[in-house]
Amino acid sequence: MTISGKAAGGSVLGARSIELCGVALRGPVLNGSGTFDAIAARRAFGDSLLDRFPFDAFVSKTITLEPRRGNPPPRLWETAAGMINSIGLPNKGLSGFLDEDLPRLAELPVPLVVSVMGFSLDELARLVASVDARDEVALIELNVSCPNVETGLVMGADPAETARAVERMRPLAEKPLIVKLTPNANEPAAVAAAAEGAGADAVSLVNTLKGMALDPATRRPWLGGRTGGLSGPAVRAIALEQVAAVAARVRIPVIGMGGIAAGTHAAEFLDAGASALAVGTESFRDPAAGRRIGAELADLAQARSLERAD
Amino acid sequence: MARTLAPPERRVARVSGVERLGAYHVVTALDESGPVEPQPGQFYMLSAEHGWGGGADERPYLPRAFSYARARPAQGGVSLSFLLEAVGPGTERLSELRPDDGLALVGPLGIGFGAVRAGTRPLLAGGGVGVAPLLCLGEALLAAGGDARPPTVLLGFRSAGHAQAAALFGEEPQVVTDDGSVGRQALVTELLAAELDNEPAATVFACGPPPMLEAVRALCSERDVGCELALESGMACGFGACFGCVVPTRRGYIRLCLEGPVVDAAALESVLFEGAGH
Repeated sequence: MTISGKAAGGSVLGARSIELCGVALRGPVLNGSGTFDAIAARRAFGDSLLDRFPFDAFVSKTITLEPRRGNPPPRLWETAAGMINSIGLPNKGLSGFLDEDLPRLAELPVPLVVSVMGFSLDELARLVASVDARDEVALIELNVSCPNVETGLVMGADPAETARAVERMRPLAEKPLIVKLTPNANEPAAVAAAAEGAGADAVSLVNTLKGMALDPATRRPWLGGRTGGLSGPAVRAIALEQVAAVAARVRIPVIGMGGIAAGTHAAEFLDAGASALAVGTESFRDPAAGRRIGAELADLAQARSLERAD
Repeated sequence: MARTLAPPERRVARVSGVERLGAYHVVTALDESGPVEPQPGQFYMLSAEHGWGGGADERPYLPRAFSYARARPAQGGVSLSFLLEAVGPGTERLSELRPDDGLALVGPLGIGFGAVRAGTRPLLAGGGVGVAPLLCLGEALLAAGGDARPPTVLLGFRSAGHAQAAALFGEEPQVVTDDGSVGRQALVTELLAAELDNEPAATVFACGPPPMLEAVRALCSERDVGCELALESGMACGFGACFGCVVPTRRGYIRLCLEGPVVDAAALESVLFEGAGH
């Protein structure tokens, strides 16, 4: 049995370093967008964070054109083996991000992926063009899990909408474009195929699954944003199936995520066809989770390779 | 305001004791790989090394944030004590820890209490399990010595069982309860008002349930007294990653784990915002 990925080189077995869309990474473990704030973490942990940076590439929190304050609290609900969040994409907006955050993120010891979301294709185009112009950025991730205000459709839930968005963005960016897929689509593999057809360089999945919790005292929605997104080990089986279905359908690299909390889980996602991985909610429990999972995966790959050699 | 940096990973401290104290438990563990001088008001994200999950509703899953109550230098590191009341799956599991069990922790996190303002005396006002950070703050203020005035400690509890936590405080604290079973039947803010009547030049440091903190904030605002509040908010991570613990301030939302949990009361319109205490 081998742990195989579809990244350049065909396999991450043995060697930990990979290439993702032409960008060399020291290992296959990214963070899920919005699950780690490297600037905030540096305030809490100091520069020891840089010496022991948990990820092999850093994905920014999603930025939008205008600043957003995010949803009213409460924003979190703990579930069995997971959590629901309703954060609402708080961010400084494009210019705040470029002026204040990007120089700090450029100090990280790993390549930078910037996640962007637009509420219209024009907004998304401005974001993509502005971010693409910055040397500090290695890859761009399109968060398409939002409604297009022009059509009312969630871009990433519909293959045609996704294709339209990627077609429009493709010529604006020299950098690789990753499309972050939502699991709240009828057929994520069809959306992935549409993204690939329109020129996406990679797809990443899963985003959170739509969920809700009621306040036991009032019997009304607990979260300030009413509904939220479920993540953590609770979603892993669903994520694994979606990653496998997408990887079977596209040739471009698949970045798999959804409840990965150990090297064994990471190996499953690679076995299902992912080329790279992302750790999200597990980082909330342990800020070093990405590094631990990467090390466990390397140990596992070595053990499997010895097993094969016997 | 003071911040001691945390190592960038979860580590395991060995539990040395879990003491029952009326309605509360005091969990003490030896942290051999973290900083030995956390700042009063800072907190740790805690979970049991094993068996975290599988309680009510198959929870807990996320770690729980606790201000440390006491930090003592110890052989090989620092002995950290946390005060908790078993009210849900997380606190229940933590209260069941036994000596030699592993207490997983990340911390110290957040910003602790600031300095006593010049020319004033420190007044510490605590409610319920919120007395925890005032214990280490009181000890630090006493240890500072010099010209500094010793702190006056005012504590409020629901009942006699809860009021047993007052025994942790060395200096004689003034204690009131909701039911009058220990001390007078009164709110801790009544004690605070009386102290401010006697001597208005004070810096107030408070921690407790949101309605109490709101009463403290309003009182200090009305009398123009400097006041720092240690707030609580549901947190997933404790280090700014999840954006879950925001609290509205006069300058917008702040992440309590990064820019708190101790905040200047003047920065808040009210402690009782929509969703507070969740």
